[in-house]
Amino acid sequence: MSAHDNPPVHSHEHGHEHGHGHHAHDDHGGAAHGTRKGYWTGFILSVLLTAPAFALVMTGVIADARITAGIVTALAAVQIIVHMVYFLHMNSKSENGWTLLALIFTVIIVVIAIAGSLWVMYNMNVNMMPGMHAEMTSGGM
Amino acid sequence: MSDDLIKTIFGRLTLDSFPIHEPILVGTFAVVALGGIALLGALTYFKLWRYLWTEWFTSVDHKKIGIMYIVLALVMLMRGFADAIMMRLQQALAFNGSEGYLNAHHYDQVFTAHGVIMIFFVAMPFVTGLMNYVVPLQIGARDVSFPFLNNFSFWMTVAGAVTVMASLFVGEFARTGWLAMAPLSGLDYSPDVGVDYYIWALQIAGVGTLLSGVNLIATIVKMRAPGMGLMKMPIFTWSALVTNVLIVAAFPVLTAVLAMLSLDRYVGTNFFTNTGGGNPMMYVNMIWIWGHPEVYILILPAFGVFSEVVSTFSGKRLFGYTSMVYALIVICILSYLVWLHHFFTMGSGASVNSFFGITTMIISIPTGAKIFNWLFTMYRGRIRFELPMMWSVAFMLTFVIGGMTGVMLAVPPADFQFHNSLFLVAHFHNVIIGGVLFGMFAGVNYWWPKAFGFKLDKFWGTISFWCWVVGFWVAFTPLYILGLMGVTRRLRVFDDPSLHIWFIIAGVGAAIIAAGIGAMLMQFYVSIRDREKLRDTTGDPWNGRTLEWATSSPPPAYNFAFTPVIHDLDAWHHMKSKKAARPTEGFRAIHMPKNTGAGVILAGLSLVFGLAMIWYIWWLAAVAFVALLATAIGHTFNYDRDFHIPVEDVIASEDIRTRQLQTAEV
Repeated sequence: MSAHDNPPVHSHEHGHEHGHGHHAHDDHGGAAHGTRKGYWTGFILSVLLTAPAFALVMTGVIADARITAGIVTALAAVQIIVHMVYFLHMNSKSENGWTLLALIFTVIIVVIAIAGSLWVMYNMNVNMMPGMHAEMTSGGM
Repeated sequence: MSDDLIKTIFGRLTLDSFPIHEPILVGTFAVVALGGIALLGALTYFKLWRYLWTEWFTSVDHKKIGIMYIVLALVMLMRGFADAIMMRLQQALAFNGSEGYLNAHHYDQVFTAHGVIMIFFVAMPFVTGLMNYVVPLQIGARDVSFPFLNNFSFWMTVAGAVTVMASLFVGEFARTGWLAMAPLSGLDYSPDVGVDYYIWALQIAGVGTLLSGVNLIATIVKMRAPGMGLMKMPIFTWSALVTNVLIVAAFPVLTAVLAMLSLDRYVGTNFFTNTGGGNPMMYVNMIWIWGHPEVYILILPAFGVFSEVVSTFSGKRLFGYTSMVYALIVICILSYLVWLHHFFTMGSGASVNSFFGITTMIISIPTGAKIFNWLFTMYRGRIRFELPMMWSVAFMLTFVIGGMTGVMLAVPPADFQFHNSLFLVAHFHNVIIGGVLFGMFAGVNYWWPKAFGFKLDKFWGTISFWCWVVGFWVAFTPLYILGLMGVTRRLRVFDDPSLHIWFIIAGVGAAIIAAGIGAMLMQFYVSIRDREKLRDTTGDPWNGRTLEWATSSPPPAYNFAFTPVIHDLDAWHHMKSKKAARPTEGFRAIHMPKNTGAGVILAGLSLVFGLAMIWYIWWLAAVAFVALLATAIGHTFNYDRDFHIPVEDVIASEDIRTRQLQTAEV
């Protein structure tokens, strides 16, 4: 789908004047565009964040698997932010702030869903499956 | 042919899959087949195929797509209501040792199909249809942001509906209840095609729902007329925005849950099984994370309709517009914090239950604020009791009771008594019929003159109104009482003869509702027959306040010859009070999107893919999937997507409008 599908509704004149020209692109408030430099920065940062994660797992330098998992998760979280800033061009001005608003809303909903599910399911396991609970916690959780 | 070959060609579809041993189904099939043949014959005889294809099926016009959504909703309402009548009859008969007339196998399918159809294929298309029709007109746009996507979304919804209908005559539908709770819906307990029908119907229709949500958000955010800031947006558009945000945030959860359930069923994973580390409680948890926002997805557009109707027919600006907007936003967030109240009894314990009980009670505050806003809008207004207003008043009286029983259910200790009982069934019918359905009927009566250029007949409308309202209370009050006595839902036969009378009363109520539906169909027929007498040439039959009443009825394909400029919240009321002159010259050619059949083809292929997956006909699924991708990619190379309505045509239709307005004034 492209902007060509949009019927023209760009009227900035007063009264009932009809501003014609469906290619009139609104420079204010549109999505931010990427630059070559931005893409390179993003790419290099992504590599710098991915390589250590691979290295940690492949070489197994850290004996404790949980610490490795923690570091990999942290690197992945930073990676998400890098992608959003450099590849998806998220900033507070893009689309008059709608992109940022949508992101905040998404984060809220995802946090509610994941944290809520963990809380609910943990309590259910404790209350409803006492036997299995002990088994599960000793089973490398 | 060898058995292997037959199995490869037809999957698990055999002659036994056709329920020829069920006389009720054979009878239904005969009626549907005869009716279908008669309809197809009539279409062919009157040479309507080309007209339907070029003017409706392939149309990307948001108005026509909106109308088609509502037609789909009404058709499916008949099916869903037929299921309801069957259940009422069964429960009224199955006493004193009688087994009723439905066996358990069939009865379980009926209550599942009733729920699935009413929510996904009646309520959803109804709200989507109204939003589709009204939102672009209210914000002064010529169409939605992605007109082709809109057409595609509609046909995906149809494909989902067809899948459910197909299960009636080929194979069977799920016997699990409308949410197909695991592990009952797993392969161990439901090895038949029923749950697969359920999964694929919802997945296919879900694509449509999600895309139309994206489409309407983009439309509302990007295509408002100049001057229409967010706080000058009509309240129905606001509720549509919040609804679609909820759709986009919630439906992926449903898609994910159903995808995991299909993996369990198709490839042997163990997400929700009892064994192998699966956890069926996770299914319940996740499906309600979608399920509760879904409730608000249905009710918020209805709230929007009532806000418009109450304001228009009280002749006043909506009381507390700002608080209405904030109530919507608060509901939008809070609706994600209450899902556990659907399974208080599953055993999360006191702390979790208290949290979700309290959030549930909190969410009734913004809803209550909205009720007060409507009452204050009516206060000292010059109320005209036209049909939309009657539905709105009936809604307020009915919905408040439903809301109160909802708060009762929100108290976790009390819920241990109410849960899974007919009290619950009465409660959610109270809010869905009394809220969503009454809202949609108010909307249909309110916007019908806009869509077709003539009002709906008031006599039959009034009869339908009273039958629905009275029928609703006669049908569901007994269920409240039975629920308080501890009768659980989804029962097929009863032992206690003292309960019998209540089920008979409920059955009478359902019959009164049936009369209401009949009167509504009669209302449509009489109105179309007497359309010249009911004709409205002004485009503004109710003395409306928002922008959709500024254009002609029915609006031209381009909605507005000039994009209006907004100065006030009730834009059209403001224009009328300023006596703003309608422009009669200076028209230009208008750039519009072109019709395309790609949406129908893609949805048709999805339907074939879904049916093939249900019946394990792998070769057909593969072919359909490849064809689906090829058509989708092929469509991206279609650059012939737009055209200009020539200026002569614009002038001609605007001149007709000018003459109509002159005759209306005389």
